[in-house]
Amino acid sequence: MDTTLQTAFDEMQLPAGAVRDIYTAYADWLRDVPHQQLESKRQEAELLFRRVGITFNVYGETAGAERLIPFDVIPRLLAAKEWKVLSDGAIQRVRALNMFLNDIYHNKDIIKAGIVPASILANTQYRPEMHGVDVPNGIYAHIAGVDIVRTSESQFYVLEDNLRTPSGVSYMLEDRKMMMRLFPELFRRYSIAPVEHYPQVLLNNLRAVAQPGVQEPTVVLLTPGAYNSAYFEHAFIAQQMGIELVEGQDLFVRNNAVYMRTTEGPKRVDVIYRRIDDDFIDPLSFRADSMLGVPGLLTVYRNGGVTLANAVGTGVADDKATYTYVPEMIRFYLGEEPILSNVPTYELSKEDDLKYVLDHLPELVVKEVQGSGGYGMLVGPSASKKEIEEFRLRILSNPANYIAQPTLALSTCPTLVEQGIAPRHVDLRPFVLSGKTVTLVPGALCRVALREGSLVVNSSQGGGTKDTWVLNDTGM
Amino acid sequence: MLSRTADHLYWMARYIERAENMARVLDVTYNMSLVPNAAQSEAALWQPAVEIAGNTELFEKNYGEYTAANVIQYMSMDDANPSSIYNSLRSARENARAVRVAMSSETWENINTLWLEFSQFIGIRLVESGLSVFCDWVKSRSHLFRGVSFGTMLRDDAFRFVRLGTFIERADNTARLLDVKYHLLLPEGEEVGGAVDYYEWSAVLHSVSAFQAYQKVFSDTIVPWRVAELLVLRGDMPRSLLACYDEITIILGQLSGRQNNECRRLAGELHAKLRYARMRDIFQDGLHEFLEDFIVSNNKLGGEIQRTYLNVHGG
Repeated sequence: MDTTLQTAFDEMQLPAGAVRDIYTAYADWLRDVPHQQLESKRQEAELLFRRVGITFNVYGETAGAERLIPFDVIPRLLAAKEWKVLSDGAIQRVRALNMFLNDIYHNKDIIKAGIVPASILANTQYRPEMHGVDVPNGIYAHIAGVDIVRTSESQFYVLEDNLRTPSGVSYMLEDRKMMMRLFPELFRRYSIAPVEHYPQVLLNNLRAVAQPGVQEPTVVLLTPGAYNSAYFEHAFIAQQMGIELVEGQDLFVRNNAVYMRTTEGPKRVDVIYRRIDDDFIDPLSFRADSMLGVPGLLTVYRNGGVTLANAVGTGVADDKATYTYVPEMIRFYLGEEPILSNVPTYELSKEDDLKYVLDHLPELVVKEVQGSGGYGMLVGPSASKKEIEEFRLRILSNPANYIAQPTLALSTCPTLVEQGIAPRHVDLRPFVLSGKTVTLVPGALCRVALREGSLVVNSSQGGGTKDTWVLNDTGM
Repeated sequence: MLSRTADHLYWMARYIERAENMARVLDVTYNMSLVPNAAQSEAALWQPAVEIAGNTELFEKNYGEYTAANVIQYMSMDDANPSSIYNSLRSARENARAVRVAMSSETWENINTLWLEFSQFIGIRLVESGLSVFCDWVKSRSHLFRGVSFGTMLRDDAFRFVRLGTFIERADNTARLLDVKYHLLLPEGEEVGGAVDYYEWSAVLHSVSAFQAYQKVFSDTIVPWRVAELLVLRGDMPRSLLACYDEITIILGQLSGRQNNECRRLAGELHAKLRYARMRDIFQDGLHEFLEDFIVSNNKLGGEIQRTYLNVHGG
C-alpha cells in the first residue's frame, strides 16, 4: 500500500481538514454538487471528445488504434501569486536555456568558465552541424514545456525542461473549452484567467523569427502524419493559427529555399513549426531511412533560407544529464538566483552517485537520460522486488544512461474517480513561448495520475488531464 | 492549397459517394429480388450488382456463387473488396482525418460520427433483416455529409475539391449502373413493356432517386429509352451525367491558378457532348458504346485532375 496519498500536499485541503483559501469558493460549490451530476458531466465530456476526435494513438497497440485521454472535470486551481512565481521561474529558465544553447553552438563560454563540463559536446543530442549557425533572435527553444511539481505550500520543483517538440498544449485549450461548456456558471462566478489566445501568441512569435528581410512570412506546421500519437494536436494547432499542416512529402528544397507543393504551384515557406524530431527531419543529414523529413532541409536551414522552431540541436539542453546544470546557467547568463528549484539528481555516470543509487533503489525514481513519455523508468516505492532487481541489471549494463532522483511526494488534487472524489497526484506543464518576447498564457496542461497512489502522470501510462485555473488571490 | 490536402479532400468525397452508390445498387437489387420473377435466377439478379462495382474476378475467386448473401456480404462488409461500403467509408474517414483541419469542423465531426456509428452494423447478418436499414443509413449519412459540407464550408478551393470528387465519382457510378442494367434488361430483340420490365426499370429509377422525377417529367409509362434520357441528358436530374458535368465544368473554372489546362479541355469536351447530344443518335450508335466511352473519358479526366492538382511532384 502506497502512503504518498496520505502524506502528500493536497491542493485543496490542509491536513487539519481546512480548505486552502484559493479553493474556498470552489470547495463550497463542489460540496453541493451531487456525485451523479459530476459523473454525467464527465460522460458528456467523453462523448464530445470522441465525436470531435480528440484522440491520441498509442504506440505498441493495434496500428491506428485511437484512445481518449481521460479528462477530469475537477480543475486544478492556482492563485495569481502562485502563478506569478511559476511563470517568472519558467520564463527565467527558458531565457537561460536559450542563452546556453546559443553559447554552446558558438563561443562555449560556459564550458570555458568551467561550469558545464566539455563532455557535454559528446552528448548524442549535441548537433555539431549547428556549430556557428546563427538563428534569428538567438532563439532555439521557441516553445518549451516546463514540467513542474509541487511538494508543499511553497516548494515547487522543475522536473524537466522539454525543449524539443513538447506536446500537450491542445489539451490545455480543449480542456478549457470543455469546462466552459460543462460549467458555464463557474466561469460567470469566478474570474478565471483566459488561455484561448495561445495560438495567436505562438503565431506572432513564429512570424517574428522569420529570417530578416522576409515581409509576410509563411508559417507552416510540419507533422509526421496522421499516425503520430500527437497528430490531433498538430492538426488542432495548425487550424487555430490558420496555417498549413504539412508533411515532409509536401515540402521540397530548391535554390536554398523551402517550398510547399500546392494546387497552384510551389509556394515559399519561411518558418517551419516542426513537430518531428531532429533525427527525422532531413534524411540527407540525419537518419537516411526517415520518410518523414525533407531532403536538403538542414542545408537550407544552416544557410538561413528558412527558420525551424524549435531549432535543431535543442535536445542537448533538456537532456536529463544537462538538467543538473540549469541553476548554474541561470546564475551564469542572467546573474539571477533561480526562482524554481531543481530536483536533486544523481548522475549514475559518477561512481559515488551510482553506488548510492544502487543501495537505495526502493526509495528513488530512476530515469533513462533520454527517455520520455514515462517509458523506461523505475518508480522505486511502487515497484516490486522483482522489478527493482531487473532494473538494477539494466542500470549496471550502462550506468551513464540513467539518472536518479528522490521520489517526490507530488501534490494531490481532488479528482473524480469511480468511488467518488479522491486525491490523485498531479503535475503541471506550462508552455513558455519565445519570439519577440518570452511569455506564457496563464494556464497549463495539468496531468493527473488516475491510478490510486501512482506518481506517473504520462498519458501513455494511463494519466489523465485537468483544466488549470489561475484565479485572483481570493479564489474568486 | 496543399496538393496533398486537396487530394485527401477529393478522395474523401469520392469514397463517400461511392459508398452511397454501392448502397443504392444493393438496396434496389434486394427490392427487385422481392418481386416474383420466375425468369430470373438468384444469380442472374445479383451478378449485375457486382458487375456495377466492376470487380467480378475477385468476387468469383473468394465466393464462387452469386447468391444474395454472398453479394451483400461482399459489397457491404468485405474488407478484401476495395470498393465495399466498409472500405469506402473507412477510406473516406481516413482521408478526412489526415486533413481534418482543411474542412469545417462540422464536416469532420460528421464523418467521424459516421465512422463511430458504422460499428453498430458490424457482425449483423444484413441479408436477413438489416439490409434496408443499413442502406438507408449509408444514404442518409452521405446526404448529411453533402449537406453539412455545403452548408458550412468556406467557398474556397478546399470546398471545390470536395465537390469535384463527388461529381466525378457520381458520373462514373450512374454511367455504370445504367450500362449494366440496360445491357441486362434489354437483350437483343426482346420485347419491351411487360410487367417485369416495369418493375425492373422502375427499380433502376429508384436506385438513383429518379422515380418521382420520371413521373413528373414524362407523366407516362416507364420505357427504357426515357429512363436513359433522364439519367444521361437531363440537366435538372441531379444524378444524371449532364448534371454532374454541369457542376464539374463550373468547379474546374473556379479553381485558382493554372487557367488553361488539360482538365478544363477534357471536361469541356465531355460537357459539350452531353449538352448537345440527342437521345435518338445515342441509341442509333448504341447506348452501351456511348456509356463505355463516357466511363473511359470520365476516368481520363479523373487521372488528369490527379496529375494537375493532386500529385504535384518536383516543383
